[in-house]
Amino acid sequence: MVRDVAFGQYFPTDSVIHRLDPRAKILMFIAYIVVIFCTFNYASLGVIAGFTVLFLALSRISPKFYFKSLKVIIFIVIFTSLLNLFYGTGEPIFQWGIFKLTWNGIHRAIFVTVLASSCLTFTTSPTELTDAMERLMKPLKVIHFPVHEVSMMMSLALRFIPTLLEETDKIMAAQKARGANMDSGNLIQRVKSLIPILIPLFVSAFRRAYDIATAMECRCYRGGAGRTRMKSIHMSTRDGIAVAVLVLVPAGVIICNILIPAMV
Amino acid sequence: MSCILELQNIGFTYGAGTPFEKRAVDGVSLKINKGEFIGVIGHTGSGKSTLVQMLNGLIRPTDGRVLLDGKDIWDEPKKIRNVRFRVGMVFQYPEYQLFEETVYKDIAFGAQNKGLTGKELDEAVLKAARFAGVKESHLQKSPFDLSGGEKRRAAIAGVIAMDPDVLVLDEPTAGLDPMGREILLSQISGYHKQRGNTILLVSHTMEDIARVADRIIVMNRSECVMFDTTKSVFAQGDKLRETGLRVPQITSVMQTLKNKGYSVPDGVLTVDEATSVLAALMKKEGKAW
Repeated sequence: MVRDVAFGQYFPTDSVIHRLDPRAKILMFIAYIVVIFCTFNYASLGVIAGFTVLFLALSRISPKFYFKSLKVIIFIVIFTSLLNLFYGTGEPIFQWGIFKLTWNGIHRAIFVTVLASSCLTFTTSPTELTDAMERLMKPLKVIHFPVHEVSMMMSLALRFIPTLLEETDKIMAAQKARGANMDSGNLIQRVKSLIPILIPLFVSAFRRAYDIATAMECRCYRGGAGRTRMKSIHMSTRDGIAVAVLVLVPAGVIICNILIPAMV
Repeated sequence: MSCILELQNIGFTYGAGTPFEKRAVDGVSLKINKGEFIGVIGHTGSGKSTLVQMLNGLIRPTDGRVLLDGKDIWDEPKKIRNVRFRVGMVFQYPEYQLFEETVYKDIAFGAQNKGLTGKELDEAVLKAARFAGVKESHLQKSPFDLSGGEKRRAAIAGVIAMDPDVLVLDEPTAGLDPMGREILLSQISGYHKQRGNTILLVSHTMEDIARVADRIIVMNRSECVMFDTTKSVFAQGDKLRETGLRVPQITSVMQTLKNKGYSVPDGVLTVDEATSVLAALMKKEGKAW
């Protein structure tokens, strides 16, 4: 049930994309998102689409899972498309045009962002992700931002998502066995019926947090100072090539924007 | 004896159609009589938990039927709650489901959902508390202030308060100290004797099962491989060992004696029984006890 969501999962298939440095991947991801908003015609959009398909293919993960992750947002896209159709017909007024353009932009952004972020999380393990975040945020230490602590919190939170989902399933089953009614009644009744699930869930989350804190204390954890990593991340030629390829994307987009007059 | 629960060739597949597909229960057919005490054993992952969750409609079997008093429980899916009141289910570590402000209110939760109010509700709660061994002085306390064993008793009382005709307990003694196990187990069998309902007890402790169960369901690799009286199941030690289980210690001691040529019967289940058998044997051989 709750566990069936594909978005945000990690699939260890060990492809080229998997072996990239997670820092490079995060930076490329951000660059990609920025570029999407700079596309002004079909040609530049085509460049983006082409590279997206290339990256997805390189990740060696079944397209089925990418479709699954799109499923979450397909409703929003269809809904706004309908609105778009509604606003767009017959009235070529400038403001409406802008409106239309915005909706289109949002569609593109959502589609490609979801695909790209799926590509990122499908191919990067949560530990790698938080490690990379920590390294990328390192400059913030200058302004006394607790970089290590924040990334430790993030990795703990990620680690406990599946555990808590499992726990929710168990608690729901137990309360249903006592006749808890969760599928019917008006809004207030439904919200009330969540109490028997939320309270035990919070209690167990706190219990787990205490356990983790004790376990960390027992292993003499004392924050980030002087800590080394078991798996340190290194930039390699592979990452250089990837970044170079990614530079081609904005270059292509800009060229298309200049050469072909705006159509969208 | 009349049959209360009947399983007709039921099966369940997790995540059908995905790469994570797993057949958890496969083609189980059996009949459970009113008033019986049934033990369910099987090693981890053998499908016991899935099987018992199909009895009260928490999991809908992907094939086969579950009959309660001769009626398919999924005939009217909207009324599945009524089945859950009749087939009470105590999960593993039930203390994690407590949520109310007081122990009293928590025990009342199920009975209230069933529709009891006022005096009836009060009686149901007090009776359940007594059966499960919850002290009366604890009823107005917060459930989170109780000790582990007390919490577990309160949670079990919450299911007993619904007064189910069939009570399923999934490893109720897991994680308790020996004394706590002993007390809880005798409380359950005392409840069974007084209330006269049907009980299914899932457990990994063969000694517990041997003490209380009339018949035993043995699960192995999603299938029910044995369903027979406790004596005859534990008399087949070799077959049990094949499924990764063992017989109670005392039973295997007596089996060894028998293999060495002493005339002792098969399937001795408890220490008391063994004592009397051995005393009789020694008397016969003319040795002092």
